[in-house]
Amino acid sequence: MDFAFSDEQRMLKEQARAVLSQRLSDERRAELADSGRPWDPELQRVLTELGWTGLSAPEDVGGAGMGFIEEAVVFEELGYACAPGPFFATVALAAPAAAGDTQIAAALVKGEPWTLAHCEPEGASSLLDRPRATKARRSGRGWRLSGTKDLVVGGDVAAGAVVSALTDDGPALFAVAAAAFTARRLAVLDLTRSLARLDLDDADARLLTGPDTYAQVMERVRLRALAAAALEAVGVGQRALDLARAYAGERQQFGRPIGAYQAVSHKVADTYMEVELARSLAYWAAWCVADDADQAALAIPAAKAFATEAALAACERSIQVHGGIGFTWEHPLHRYYKRARWLASFEATPEQHRAEVAERLLSGA
Amino acid sequence: MDFRDSPEEASFRAGLRAWLEANLPRGWRARPQGPGRTNEDVSREWSRRLFEAGYAGLTWPKEYGGQGAPYTYQAIFLEEMARVEAPEHIGIIGLGMAGPTIIAHGSAEQKARYLPKILSGEEVWCQGFSEPEAGSDLASLRTRAERRGDVYVVNGQKVWSSFAHIADRCILLARTDPQAPKHEGLSYFLVDMHSPGIEVRPLVQITGDPEFNEIFFTDVEVPAADMLGAEGEGWRVAMTTLLHERGTLGFALTARLEVAVRKLIELVLSDGRALADASLRGRVAQEWIALQALRFTNYRALTNLMQTGVPGPEGSVAKLFWSESNQRLTALALEVLGTRAALDGEDAPWNGYWQYQQLRSRGNTIEAGTSEILRNIIAERVLGLPRSR
Repeated sequence: MDFAFSDEQRMLKEQARAVLSQRLSDERRAELADSGRPWDPELQRVLTELGWTGLSAPEDVGGAGMGFIEEAVVFEELGYACAPGPFFATVALAAPAAAGDTQIAAALVKGEPWTLAHCEPEGASSLLDRPRATKARRSGRGWRLSGTKDLVVGGDVAAGAVVSALTDDGPALFAVAAAAFTARRLAVLDLTRSLARLDLDDADARLLTGPDTYAQVMERVRLRALAAAALEAVGVGQRALDLARAYAGERQQFGRPIGAYQAVSHKVADTYMEVELARSLAYWAAWCVADDADQAALAIPAAKAFATEAALAACERSIQVHGGIGFTWEHPLHRYYKRARWLASFEATPEQHRAEVAERLLSGA
Repeated sequence: MDFRDSPEEASFRAGLRAWLEANLPRGWRARPQGPGRTNEDVSREWSRRLFEAGYAGLTWPKEYGGQGAPYTYQAIFLEEMARVEAPEHIGIIGLGMAGPTIIAHGSAEQKARYLPKILSGEEVWCQGFSEPEAGSDLASLRTRAERRGDVYVVNGQKVWSSFAHIADRCILLARTDPQAPKHEGLSYFLVDMHSPGIEVRPLVQITGDPEFNEIFFTDVEVPAADMLGAEGEGWRVAMTTLLHERGTLGFALTARLEVAVRKLIELVLSDGRALADASLRGRVAQEWIALQALRFTNYRALTNLMQTGVPGPEGSVAKLFWSESNQRLTALALEVLGTRAALDGEDAPWNGYWQYQQLRSRGNTIEAGTSEILRNIIAERVLGLPRSR
């Protein structure tokens, strides 16, 4: 067994940390988030030029032909930077949902933001639920989609969406260009990650995956997205830890740095412990995705449950360690706290993931 | 990054599994569940067989009779022992603490005299560090060793010594210079437990079991040649012992937790009411997840150790997290037992196994570094926060 990153992966991690800290200071993130348009085309251009949107895309469409471990490195660092923008929607959701479609793969490599539109206002809430209210009908050689999709990550800035809809033969996935739907941005807690409601009214669509392979593709999408969420959560937790550590070392009260008091330092130590444990699980999950390992269905929900709870706890402790300043809008911590909340609630709660794990452990087999 | 065994590791694991299949004591796996201390006869015989098969001192250098194997082999060894719930080795203190410390600080004579019998399990060792008045503040210990000619005369009391009642030798930390600053007045001895003046008394714990002992030293003469390292160097030598205690501890603890999680799942599967309880199911999953987190954190620390020669800082969380997980897990098992948690012994489910485990787990956050001390270590040494004292 070998838990080490390759030299290339390590370089990618260092590059990601350097580029993101340079391009995305706490002030810049706040400016973007509070501007009401939380994505930075300039940042998206930089990430695209670095090849991050096509790390695992095949080389014949211009991708780097690498695997999920490389993507994992980037997701962790994007979490550390609490990066605004459609990267998660594009790489963790749209890319696996459109896997095998060279047209979309090539668009993603070129930096087009895409997303996956699956949830419905009354109906599908998990990636495992079948679409109910969104219907697809044949129209000549193509398809037409009608219905409403909810909670679409980055749906307001996407150039296109992979949309789940019900055909006469069962659920299927379609590619729909942004011009064919109307998107309304929803008011959200995490201002660095937009959510939108999409209305499709006889929208032009192209079939990507039919009912025979739909469930299989969605299961793959789900595991990949959950692993990406776990990795982002590790980055979020690490930044909350770094902020707490720095503040506990410099803030003086009663004539000493507050980190000299065990009531404070032990909280920070607990955060360190949980973030390290979360990182181990998230890397295991990443390896399971990359290697299509048998344990993936257990490892990935386990990692997502643990890492997102660790990120929430890391932020909460860090806010406490910071005292009043950590409770202000001005301080970066609330951005991380809200991202942690987003990650914990994305797709399924930690409790639901544990139920999923228990289902497998307690099957009696 | 690859979580599978390498071909060499896989072949080592396969060989070990086959060996275990052929050598586990007859009827061992079908033995009735129950609490209680190590069965000495079984452990002695088991230790002898492990030694003969070359599984004792896997990571020890070849020149001292070890196998010179990488730490991953030790991890695999512990995993496989946990998988079959193999008997306990009689020489845990010797193999894991005394041996590595003698290898690091011993003279050629000391190495030749002690290492072979630690490996073979012929000589059992115990640890004489903690005292009634020196727990977390170990360096404040008061047991005296006074030089008189060729011997040191030892007087004092040690506590929390497992195996002391059957031990042949003791790694003893004693004060040789009461005038020196507390860390500098200590020396480290390899004491013959059969010496006159040594009395071992069992210490009954909250489980009702005397797993540990107290050792009383009254004018015990220890030959000067049995000092390990130089006079006054005891603290530095003891740090080697504690480093080794923590070094492979993570894997040993993970192996024990793996057994506990497996038994918890077995317990829940046997109880229809528990099996249908959604909240309880989630908590079982939580303990399984904690086990995986611990396992992969150990692997990560190990990868660091093999690449850099220094254990990674992530390893420092293993014992802290394990102890709290084990406490939660065993309390959960008692919840599954419901009203029957009030029973014990032969009238309790599994002969009181879970009652014992739950009570025993309360010691986990105290022994081998309290959780408070471990949090201080993480805060100060890993995170670089200001010292709290």
